[in-house]
Amino acid sequence: MNDLPNSFRTLPDERGHFGQFGGRYVAETLMPLVLELEAEYRRAKLDPAFQAEFDDLLEHYVGRPSPLYFAPRLTEELGGAQVWFKRDELNHTGAHKINNCVGQILLAIRMGKTRIIAETGAGQHGVATATVAARFGLPCVIYMGAKDVERQAPNVFRMKLLGAEVIPVTSGANTLKDAMNEALRDWVANVHDTFYIIGTAAGPHPYPELVRDFQSVIGREAREQMLKRTGRLPDLLVAAIGGGSNAIGLFHPFLDDPGVKMLGVEAAGHGLDKEHAASLAGGRPGILHGNKTYLLQDEDGQIAEAHSISAGLDYPGIGPEHSWLKEIGRVDYTSVTDVEALSAFQLLCRTEGIIPALEPAHAIAAVAKIAPTMSKDAIICANLCGRGDKDIFTVAEALGAQI
Amino acid sequence: MSRFDAAFARGPALVTFVTAGDGPTSAILDALVEGGTDVIELGMPFTDPMADGPAIQAGNLRSLGAGTKTADIFHIAADFRARHPEVPVVLMGYANPMTTRGPAWFANECQKAGVDGAICVDLPPEEDPDLGPQLRAAGVSLIRLATPTSDAARLPTILKDTSGFLYYVAVAGITGKQQAALGSIEEAVARLKAATDIPIVVGFGVRTPEQAGAIAKVADGVVVGSALVELVAEHGANAAGPIRDYTRALADAVHSARNG
Ligand SMILES: Cc1ncc(COP(=O)(O)O)c(C=O)c1O
Repeated sequence: MNDLPNSFRTLPDERGHFGQFGGRYVAETLMPLVLELEAEYRRAKLDPAFQAEFDDLLEHYVGRPSPLYFAPRLTEELGGAQVWFKRDELNHTGAHKINNCVGQILLAIRMGKTRIIAETGAGQHGVATATVAARFGLPCVIYMGAKDVERQAPNVFRMKLLGAEVIPVTSGANTLKDAMNEALRDWVANVHDTFYIIGTAAGPHPYPELVRDFQSVIGREAREQMLKRTGRLPDLLVAAIGGGSNAIGLFHPFLDDPGVKMLGVEAAGHGLDKEHAASLAGGRPGILHGNKTYLLQDEDGQIAEAHSISAGLDYPGIGPEHSWLKEIGRVDYTSVTDVEALSAFQLLCRTEGIIPALEPAHAIAAVAKIAPTMSKDAIICANLCGRGDKDIFTVAEALGAQI
Repeated sequence: MSRFDAAFARGPALVTFVTAGDGPTSAILDALVEGGTDVIELGMPFTDPMADGPAIQAGNLRSLGAGTKTADIFHIAADFRARHPEVPVVLMGYANPMTTRGPAWFANECQKAGVDGAICVDLPPEEDPDLGPQLRAAGVSLIRLATPTSDAARLPTILKDTSGFLYYVAVAGITGKQQAALGSIEEAVARLKAATDIPIVVGFGVRTPEQAGAIAKVADGVVVGSALVELVAEHGANAAGPIRDYTRALADAVHSARNG
């Protein structure tokens, strides 16, 4: 690496690019709105009242700061580095997704929008969006692949309880990417009154930037908590990657700390040589859903179906900042199979009394492989970005149990 | 004179859209010409056609399901060009299939196949470097879209480096939905005409000869897509006949506006 930047935290550039990635690849109808959103976000960022309202909601509504927890029995079982968890599964609604939704709904209100739409895969982002829409009294439509509606039934009911309309998407492959297509179709037809709350650090600029900024509360807290508790920074950060929002939220505040290594964990599904959702490991750069990034695709640029046991990781793309961080080598990326994630899920239940979501179970599986290779005074901080209540049916089925 | 210039010099033009590889495409393209189309938009199927409504989404999936590859689309276009030297062909599709082998590759294939222009739905002027320079160097028009949300401040950005024609998307929305009010179309076309000399073609939500004829009175061209793709869905391998008849009705309505 010659030519590395002085800071890894200054992008995107004014065109929304992270190196060759990112950008604004949207239909012309959406361009004026995307430009307006960017201008409004710039104003909001400088407005202390916006920041104060965001902080207040995160503290009193979401329940932040989330704890930083040292996991003694897991550490002992793995027999290497100390394992710490950033407990974002304790947030209101059970995952990190709410951090971003609070920020975006405040932007929606600033822009005078009166209707909220979102896509969801696992249903966590849908639940978080429905939650903030209820909190601010705005009507809300959630697009969800018909396949996911089936496998995440409890979250579908939660969204409905919260007053959202859940529309099962039957176009394409009936999963998250198709839900995102359908949300974009809705948005294009309703630009005048509708705000699209995108659930991960992807989509057209400025979404990757603003989602990252809202989720960076995770990393800012973790950095401060770690310094206070141990007097030093962690050696390694680990996070699961669907679109990459919990990972970039944890990583970004540490990017300029040269001693802190970072590991993003993609879903290897049935295996990298079979069906999987590891866009960086098995994809190449392309354009989808408003941004240029690594995508699972064939030689003609047709998008491939992703597979992961975790509905929240089951997406054939990744946020553009991760594509850039991979290319410049600042962050390492690995992948973990369904089977490995399931076993890590059980490991955490058994050693720490915490039922993780299947998404962070991927991060835990990576920790379980690496911690034993590191010295006992090394520190790993992993993002426990969601709790597993939503996944118990999937896990029961995978383990052949009846509930 | 380019094929576009010739097509628009005759008066308001009928522009017809079908998806490549959906049904017997070569026979369908011949039927469009026999029916009197002036310009052909050949859709490049994509797995994720996020600007399209149900009819064209289904056409995309049928085509991909039948195994259509990008190479097949260029074969279809090249064969068409050999049979019909005069009729302009525009490839319409999404950025990923167009750029996946690099913009120079795509531009070169267009040039070799006698393709006159490309419409890339999700490539706004801000991302022009991904395709525009290579197309222009190959003499292929990158046709831009203007929409009801394109205000006066944005128009120069859209018009810069565009050629062939300007595609006015009459409804803020996806393909195949309801038509916009004629009054708003007329107003928008007048606004665009004040800003550019290139032909203004109106599309999205135009289905019937009556609608097409009415728009032809105020614009340089009219695009019909979903209604034709629905005929392909209905008639499959036998679609050429119905496509020719429907195109003839559309063409009569559009062309009679020439003297109206
Ligand atoms: C708990 C949890 N973690 C992770 C993800 C993946 O998203 P991201 O990579 O944006 O954090 C999801 C998505 O639904 C989720 O619910």
